[in-house]
Amino acid sequence: MDLLEFARGPALQVAVYILVAGTIWRIVGIVLLGKKPDFSEARSSGGLGAALKVIWTRAFTAAPFKKATLYPKIMAYVMHIGLFATIFLFTPHIMFFEGWTGFDWPGLPNSVIFFIGVATLVSGFALIIRRMTSPVLKLISNFDDYFSWFVTMLPLITGLLIPVRALFRYEDLLAIHILSVALLLIWLPFGKLGHTFLVFITRGTTGMVFERRGAKT
Amino acid sequence: MKHRPTVGEILQAKGVSRRGFLKYCATTASLLALPPSMIPRIAEAIENARRPSVIWLSFQECTGCTESLTRSASPTVEGLIFDAISLDYHHTLQAASGEQAEAARHAAMEENDGSYLVLVDGSIPMANPGYSTIAGISNYDMLMDTVKGAAAVVAIGSCAAFGGLPGADPNPTGAVAVQDLVTDKPVINVPGCPPIGMVMTAVLTQFLTFGKIPDLDKHGRPLAFFGNTIHDRCYRRPFYEQGKFAESFDDKGAKAGWCLYKLGCKGPTTYNACATVKWNGGTSFPIESGHPCLGCSEPRFWDKGGFYEPLSTGKFGSGAKVAGAAAAGVALGVVAAAAGRHRQAKYTEEA
Repeated sequence: MDLLEFARGPALQVAVYILVAGTIWRIVGIVLLGKKPDFSEARSSGGLGAALKVIWTRAFTAAPFKKATLYPKIMAYVMHIGLFATIFLFTPHIMFFEGWTGFDWPGLPNSVIFFIGVATLVSGFALIIRRMTSPVLKLISNFDDYFSWFVTMLPLITGLLIPVRALFRYEDLLAIHILSVALLLIWLPFGKLGHTFLVFITRGTTGMVFERRGAKT
Repeated sequence: MKHRPTVGEILQAKGVSRRGFLKYCATTASLLALPPSMIPRIAEAIENARRPSVIWLSFQECTGCTESLTRSASPTVEGLIFDAISLDYHHTLQAASGEQAEAARHAAMEENDGSYLVLVDGSIPMANPGYSTIAGISNYDMLMDTVKGAAAVVAIGSCAAFGGLPGADPNPTGAVAVQDLVTDKPVINVPGCPPIGMVMTAVLTQFLTFGKIPDLDKHGRPLAFFGNTIHDRCYRRPFYEQGKFAESFDDKGAKAGWCLYKLGCKGPTTYNACATVKWNGGTSFPIESGHPCLGCSEPRFWDKGGFYEPLSTGKFGSGAKVAGAAAAGVALGVVAAAAGRHRQAKYTEEA
């Protein structure tokens, strides 16, 4: 078994098993935890509408912070949209997902994906440099923040190396890329990358709690 | 002593023109990535070389490699070069059989001790020596006996180079490659199922010209021919970059000559010269004929998943195991939630 076969086979399988088990563990654990008893008088019902409202409004910066957070906000949007495009609109990736789910969809030309990938990488580095240089962000950052950034950027970097055949041969680069994806999948449910599947659950819950207490959301 | 004609004399006798011969030398120099200044040296070396003695051993194989070399549409210069070597033993091509054939092999080994080349096609069965024998001699014994006085060994085809089809899972004969057994002689792997005739002769030409084995990659293949992937040199590569793929063998994309990646092409991970040297006198190669590359020059290509499965397809394991992982996740979640509720209740009581 060569490195590529190991990456495409056992490594990916173990990563998928851990991803599935870990993700469901986190979601079920949070959903079944229930709410703490709230003895305050309800200002509002705090229903699904409140949840959806906060999911929407939190996508944008509140007016007082717009100027101060413009740069990281733009970088974060570039990084997230870029990650989405490189993961889901690159044709070989679509084939990968098709092999898994049976569904496929149209992709973008490789050159466009490469450009998006580079932009995503630049934004990723811009964000980590800001985190490492801002006194406040440095204080509130821990291992999880840096490691989550590392395992997110690693597949992007290894993926961008493939078309330029840098450092290694194609099949070795592909194997390293898949192994880096396996690492991402394994870490994803446990660290802050859990926001991939928890973001709407947590924002919705926040919206419902805030609305019940009468806070402006 | 019997006069052994030079390769040049033999080619002249066969009617190969000077122009045709130099064209071959120029092509070979180009294939080997040698500067044009080396063309006269190649020509001189080939012309003046005494017919090198070659012993060709065929073990667990299909004779496709020999066919690749001998069944070309018309006699080519590279084919004639191959005629010009002293092929002292090749049990498909030789007239002699039985003890006479074995006597010819031993005579060639004695006369050319230390300087003959051994070409092998086919893998060697190790599970039982009786699985493949020639004149009652097991493949293993014949190989080890023959390579003792050889200058170098060339493993022709994927079976000899890597085990090939006989070595595919579950490998019932315990087939192994030449390089697994021959460790004290230079072994050059020229894989392919079959290999390109021009590549076989060019490897021999380089050996004749420089008297040493060419630079090899990690799988023992000459870098001059196996240094680039099919994908790197494929004329359909621009379609890959544009994201234009044939979805089936008869759709619009297939007719327009788009990339065959989605149809399982192994070009990106296959190192060979098909896309540049091509087949049948430079006519075409499999991708040009509309079929994806099978990756036949790569180790264990039979066992690397479906021929028509795209390279980017992962092997995700069984659905049952994924369902098991999901069930384990639910169980863990329930336990974690119960523990959380218990802690919450405890704090509420204390408060």
